[in-house]
Amino acid sequence: MPDSFVHAHAAHCESGVMSSLLRHHGLPISEAMAFGLASALSFAYLPFLRINGLPLVSYRMPPRAVIKGLERSLGLDMRFETFRSPPAGMDRLDALLDAGKLVGLQTSVFWLPYFPPDLRFHFNAHNLLVYGRERDEYLISDPVAETTVRCAREDLRRARFARGMLAPKGLLYYVAARPAAPDWVRLGRRALARTARIMLAPLPLIGVRGMKLLAWQIERLPLADGGEHARLYIGNIVRMQEEIGTGGGGFRFLYASFLQELAAKTGHAALDGLASRLVEIGDRWREFALAAARMIRGRDALSPSVLAARLRALAADERVFFQSQHRAQRAWVP
Amino acid sequence: MRERDVPQEGNATLAGHRKAVYAVADDGKLRLVSSRGWEVEEIVTRQAVEDLERRATLARARARAGESSPLEYHMYRARMDVGLLSQVTGVWRWRVRRHLKPAGFARLPPALKLRYAEALGISSEALDRVD
Repeated sequence: MPDSFVHAHAAHCESGVMSSLLRHHGLPISEAMAFGLASALSFAYLPFLRINGLPLVSYRMPPRAVIKGLERSLGLDMRFETFRSPPAGMDRLDALLDAGKLVGLQTSVFWLPYFPPDLRFHFNAHNLLVYGRERDEYLISDPVAETTVRCAREDLRRARFARGMLAPKGLLYYVAARPAAPDWVRLGRRALARTARIMLAPLPLIGVRGMKLLAWQIERLPLADGGEHARLYIGNIVRMQEEIGTGGGGFRFLYASFLQELAAKTGHAALDGLASRLVEIGDRWREFALAAARMIRGRDALSPSVLAARLRALAADERVFFQSQHRAQRAWVP
Repeated sequence: MRERDVPQEGNATLAGHRKAVYAVADDGKLRLVSSRGWEVEEIVTRQAVEDLERRATLARARARAGESSPLEYHMYRARMDVGLLSQVTGVWRWRVRRHLKPAGFARLPPALKLRYAEALGISSEALDRVD
């Protein structure tokens, strides 16, 4: 068992895992820093990926973006292994744990028994850390859980080898060599530039334009069935924004925390102002969620056009915000 | 969001767990705050769960009435739909649809039945039953 491993509660699984993993290997990095440096903030509306008939709406970059992004930008020596056969995957996990490694896994939330039943959906890209094993039970540090948990071997096998969209294929990963101290200024600038570029990308489904397209789609939701489908549709958007570990406001607060921390680390004070503005935008997202939830429950009349207008206003706010972020990054002379 | 405004509404969907959110403390810094949940999250989560439960209940009634196979009920009970069941089993959608009908289900070879049962996390015998 890797000695002195300390579990930390986090908002988001992937950045939480990377934060704990790197801290364990001697590079203290917060969850927000891990998220921000990997340029994981985003917005995407992907109508061709449907889950239970509802389009995928995401407030961040696709799964593994944080791990891969950090691996690249921090120059980490990481190993990734996938397996065709589940027994081989479990044996390899055991061998790594016996060698004292802290191992990250990609799993399906549905098959993890320690998750609250209402949150067990078929989401295949949930990350967690395994720090030890006691006979047939694994000792797990799941970043979205407050404390460490345990999981039986058979359940963990199922969770690792779940099939379907984003199938983990038993993916495990670990840090092979101690990471070097990063150049926060250089990495920070690059991460800011990348996120601004993605959010302002001239692509219809991504970033600010993705929000506008989603607003247009919300407006056109059919109400002929009494609004049942429309309610599920907007409920799905809010779920992606608030319920699955986003830290609130669709990762906007988490990213604001990154901006603040980067400002403190590098002394580039302009980022503090940006952080406050993004917190305000996050609050608007929370208001959007509240308005949608009231309509779902029937406390307010269902009005797609009201929600679409809110979403358009958010798109406009974020456009201005990421233009400012872009300028702040350009003006940042180290 | 201010730290004192972080909702602590005791969501049933969190089953006693607390989730981490980021909020602004009095010193103006953002920090991680544990939340007992927000009603908004509870509303949208329950909405999604109830939709799946509703499908399962309807499928059970249909299976009991002999209008559909037990597979349809077990599929929805495992929070799947035809597309997902097809993906996780590697059986084409049109074949899955056929097996959702009593006649198609009755002709299922044992090996394929086992594949469905495996994917749904139940035994082959349990797949025949609708409890």
